[in-house]
Amino acid sequence: MSLRNIGIVYRKELTEALRDRRTLITTFLVPLLLIPVMGMGFTGVMSMVIGNAKKEKPKIMVLGGTDSPAVVDGLKQDGKLKVVPTTSDWKKQIVEKEIRAAVEIPDGFQENLQENEAGTVKIYIYRGELKSELAASNVESYFKEYRDGIATQRLEANRLPGNLLRPFVVKTQNIAPPEKEAGAILGGIIAYMLIFMCLNGAMHPAIDLTAGEKERGTMETILSSPVSRTHLVLGKFLLVLTASITTAVLMMVSVEVSTTVLQKSHALDQIAEEGEPAPQLTLGPAAVASVMIMAVPLSVLFSAVLITIALFAKSHKEAQSYIAPLMFLVVIPAAAATLPGVDLTLKLAIVPLLNVSLLCKELVTGEFHWNYIALIFASTCVYAAGALFLAVKMFQRESVLFRS
Amino acid sequence: MIEALNLCKRFQDKKRGEVRAVDGVSFTCRAGEIYGLLGANGAGKTTTLRMLATILEPTEGTARLCGHDIVEHPERVRANCGFLSTATALYPRLTAQEMVEYFGKLNGLDSAVLKKRVDEIFDRLEMNDFRDRRCDKLSTGMKQKTSIARTLVHDPPVMIFDEPTLGLDIMTARTIIEFIRECRDRQKTVIFSTHVMREVEKLCDTVGIIQGGKLLAEGTLEQLRQRHGEDDLEEIFVKIVSPHYAVREVV
Repeated sequence: MSLRNIGIVYRKELTEALRDRRTLITTFLVPLLLIPVMGMGFTGVMSMVIGNAKKEKPKIMVLGGTDSPAVVDGLKQDGKLKVVPTTSDWKKQIVEKEIRAAVEIPDGFQENLQENEAGTVKIYIYRGELKSELAASNVESYFKEYRDGIATQRLEANRLPGNLLRPFVVKTQNIAPPEKEAGAILGGIIAYMLIFMCLNGAMHPAIDLTAGEKERGTMETILSSPVSRTHLVLGKFLLVLTASITTAVLMMVSVEVSTTVLQKSHALDQIAEEGEPAPQLTLGPAAVASVMIMAVPLSVLFSAVLITIALFAKSHKEAQSYIAPLMFLVVIPAAAATLPGVDLTLKLAIVPLLNVSLLCKELVTGEFHWNYIALIFASTCVYAAGALFLAVKMFQRESVLFRS
Repeated sequence: MIEALNLCKRFQDKKRGEVRAVDGVSFTCRAGEIYGLLGANGAGKTTTLRMLATILEPTEGTARLCGHDIVEHPERVRANCGFLSTATALYPRLTAQEMVEYFGKLNGLDSAVLKKRVDEIFDRLEMNDFRDRRCDKLSTGMKQKTSIARTLVHDPPVMIFDEPTLGLDIMTARTIIEFIRECRDRQKTVIFSTHVMREVEKLCDTVGIIQGGKLLAEGTLEQLRQRHGEDDLEEIFVKIVSPHYAVREVV
């Protein structure tokens, strides 16, 4: 009898939810449309900015160097730089992004080179400005090449082997598997989005089924039916949970599909370092599945907490104003997990939300520490059960149901 | 049959402290009879009826509906009564039929019985035109009919009406009054609250006058008229209530 009644309430709430535009938007439209649009938009803009910066020949000014024409000419002929006539307000022009950098060549540079005491070439940049830093690295590589050329000439003049100054080579080689790389890039963001989506998916239905029902005057109607309050709240809870999990699962599917599309479209090639392959963003089925599983206790927790809070409110609006601070509260542990250096420890594994965020970060990088997974799944289940118990208790209280 | 036994409801109010919304109300209401609870706003009518419908739990005392105790077996009580008030709205996104079916299912009717019941009620109340229309698209009259159908679906022996005509236009109010009378004719136990004297005069077999949570007078209309030497119910009401009437109770 009891399970039957919970089922009846659930099916009725499902019928209503599927006819509610706002629930449909938060559950289906947001993850299926917003995520790809945001993700692709963001990556698109980023690769465009980086691409443009790389394509653009940065304008630079040469300060001094009138007695070193060969160096200045070399700079002018460099394909990656555009030397513009020097003006006295070069500093202002860098600040105002008219030019990207300025290079100061000391007096008598070329002449002094013969005597090995040429001094320092200074590059003026605006740090933090991507294009300015790119210009500087182009200038720097020009001068490095120039310096290496001179060094080689000198070695040859003294009949010394070319590798005298480079007895060995240092090279960095990436051995991280592609999915680990994806994890490093996406891990924190995925956890953050997962928490946000679980909450967002549960929010509107939770309000609609409690405060909304009070506001519309159907609470008294349903309370006059033989269904017990426990069964009623459990049926409602299951619907909110369904919405929350659906939102989270669709988000993960959406993330995986849009990253795959991005990968295939070579939009990411711009972001990659020259000569390196584009960063791998797709997560792979194992990571996607495990993140989805972690979403379950998280959704239970959010659904129960939201129902408890929204139940106090008399109207949809009032409930929203109670829940708004929760959005900020939830963001803190989610954001903390994205910080570098914050890693899973036994203590952090029982901090709600933070533990799930950190675990997601690991899962996404393809690492499965089963003891942590079990502990976090269990502890989240405990918090979720506590919240659900509270929601059921609140639903028995007249002072909450008939607050005036 | 309804027996209220010393029903009390107290709650804490931040400004007023302890409020005795209902303070020791006892009465009996038999099958085939209409009991009218007459009182001003805030007299304790709604609280009393909500306790009978087990929507609120009494602080003290109890009541029995068809022999079921409202404190011990609230689920059984709800299965045996239909509760209707202007505050009992319909689910806006369900159709009229879905709404009635939902309550039928919650009352444990299996699908064959439910279908028969729903068809019967929809025919009788002439609701077939808007069977599949969503409740938020119904007119006030249609909504009232759907609400009536909702309370009738499990054919309860007890009907509780809390100010059922409040805020309704004359035609819709008449449907309700008609329906209440029909319930009595079908040998149901009917209790209803109102502050409209005309409705009491038209419908009630027994009247209870309530003020400040206390039942001040009770009897048939004829008995009240004789006891207070007045013919007009309004005069009788004022005579009974005014010594107990404090302004602070009108909220």
